[in-house]
Amino acid sequence: MEVFDIFLLEAILNGLLLGGLLALLSLGLNLIFGVIDVVWICYAELIMCGMYAVYYLHVQYHWPLLAAMAAAVVIVAVLGVILHQFVIRPVLGAEPINQLLVTGGVLFFLQAAATLAFGIEFRNLGVTLPSIRLGEMSFSAARLVAFCVALAGMVGMYLFLSRSYLGTAIRAISQDRAIMPLMGVSPARIFVLASALGGALAGLGACLLVLQYDVHPAIGLSFGPITFLICVMGGLGSMAGGFIAAFVFAQFISVGGFLFHLEWGYVLAFAFFIAMMFWRPQGILGRR
Amino acid sequence: MQMLSLTKVCAGYSGFQALFEVSVEVEAGEAVAVIGPNGAGKTTLLRVISKLIGATSGEIRMEGASLARVPAHEVVSRGIAHVPENRRLFPRLTVEENLRMGAFPRAARKRYGERLEFVYGLFPRLEERRGQPAGTLSGGEQQMCAIGRALMSGPKLLLLDEPSAGLAPVVVQAIFDLVRRICAQGYTVLIVEQNIRQVLKVVGRAYLLEAGRIRLAGNSREFLDSQEIRKTYLGL
Repeated sequence: MEVFDIFLLEAILNGLLLGGLLALLSLGLNLIFGVIDVVWICYAELIMCGMYAVYYLHVQYHWPLLAAMAAAVVIVAVLGVILHQFVIRPVLGAEPINQLLVTGGVLFFLQAAATLAFGIEFRNLGVTLPSIRLGEMSFSAARLVAFCVALAGMVGMYLFLSRSYLGTAIRAISQDRAIMPLMGVSPARIFVLASALGGALAGLGACLLVLQYDVHPAIGLSFGPITFLICVMGGLGSMAGGFIAAFVFAQFISVGGFLFHLEWGYVLAFAFFIAMMFWRPQGILGRR
Repeated sequence: MQMLSLTKVCAGYSGFQALFEVSVEVEAGEAVAVIGPNGAGKTTLLRVISKLIGATSGEIRMEGASLARVPAHEVVSRGIAHVPENRRLFPRLTVEENLRMGAFPRAARKRYGERLEFVYGLFPRLEERRGQPAGTLSGGEQQMCAIGRALMSGPKLLLLDEPSAGLAPVVVQAIFDLVRRICAQGYTVLIVEQNIRQVLKVVGRAYLLEAGRIRLAGNSREFLDSQEIRKTYLGL
C-alpha cells in the first residue's frame, strides 16, 4: 500500500510539472484570443517552428544551447507578427469561422512546409538531462526545468500585464476596443505587440518541449489540440482560467494514466472536457 | 484665444450623413454646450472631433493646428480628452487601472503621480474605491471615474458626452456641480447634453443642433429667453 501511495504521489507531482508547461502554452493562445479575438489554431505549429529553430541552430550550426533558445524565442515572436500582419489583419472584420479557417490553413501550410524543408525524420536535440531521485520517486530534470521556466515566464507575463502601461492596455483592449484611441492607444499597435508576445511564449514553449520530445513536422498535433481544449475549458481569453484548466487537465492525464494505463489518461481527460462543455460551456472562468 | 474650431464639418456613417456643415468655436477657458434632441448628431459631433470617425469635409482645428492628418490615438496628445457616451469604463479593470489608462500617452506618464493625486483630491470617493473593479461602481461614481480618466491625460479641452444620462436625479445634480467645478479649475469644456435646463446654468454659451445642422448659437441667457427653446425644449 505504501509503495502505491509513493507512486501515486509521483504521478501527481509529474502532473504538476506537466501542468506548468501546458499552462504556459495556453497562456500565449489565450493572450492572442483575449486581445485580438482570433484563435490561432496554428499555435502549436509555431511551436514546431521554434523547436526546429533550436534544433538547427544548436545541432547543425553549433550555437550554444541557450543562445539557440534565445534566438528561437525571437524567431517565433517575429513569426507571430508576420502571421498577424499578413494573415490575421486582412480578416479582422470577417466572420469568426473564416478567421478560424484561415489559421487552420496556416496550420497545414506550416506542417507541409516543414515536411518539405526538414523531412519527416524525428530529430533529437541530443541533450539528455538526468533524472532526479527523491526517495523512491524519480522525476525528469527536463520536466523540472520546463516547469520552473514556464512558471517564471508566467510570473513575468503577469507582472507585465498588471504593472505596465502596455500590459494594462492589453487587458483593457479586450474589454472595449472601440474607445482605445481616446486613451491614446493605437489598437493596431497593441495587436502587433500581443502577436509578438504570443509568438515569444510559443517560442519559449518550444525551447522547453524540445528538451523532452523529438521534433518532426506533425509534432504540433500532439499538443495543439490539448492546448486549445485547455483554453476552452478555462474560458477562451481568460488567462487565469487557462492556468487552472491546464493543471486540472494535466492531473487527469498523469494520475489517470497511472491508475489505469497511459492512454487512459488522455481518454479520461477528454471525457472530462466533454462533460465540462455540457456543465459549463463558457469555461471555468468564462464570461459569456 | 481660440481653442477649438470646426468649420463646415460634414460627417456620417456608411450611407447616412449625420452632420451637415457644422461650424462650432470654443474659446480657451470657456464652457460651451451643444444641445438638441435625440439623434440630432451631438455624439457624432464629439466623435468627429476626437477622430473616432472621420469628417467627410470641412476642417477641425485645435489651437490653430489642423487635426486632418492626426490619427485618432494622437488626438489626446493634442490636449483633447473625450469622456464618451455611457462612460465606457473598462469594467474589469480597477478604478486606479482605469485612471492609469487615461495617462497612457508618453507625456502623461511622467506626471502620473501628481495627476492621480489631483484626481483623488477632486473625487475622494474614487480613492476609497481605487482597488475595486470599475464595473462595480455606482452610476455617479462611474461618471466621476470616466471624467477622472480623461483628466489624467492633462487635457486643455474636455469633451463631455451626456454626463448626466442614466443617472438618478440627485446624482444628476451632483454631476452638474462637478462640471461646474471642473470649469472653475480652468479647463475648457465642450459638453453635449439633453438635460438642457441644467446644462445652460453651467455653461456660458450654447449651440442648438437639430437633424445634423446648427440651428441656433448664443449665450445661455439668450437660450433661456428664446421662445423656441422655451417651448420646444424646456416645456414652458
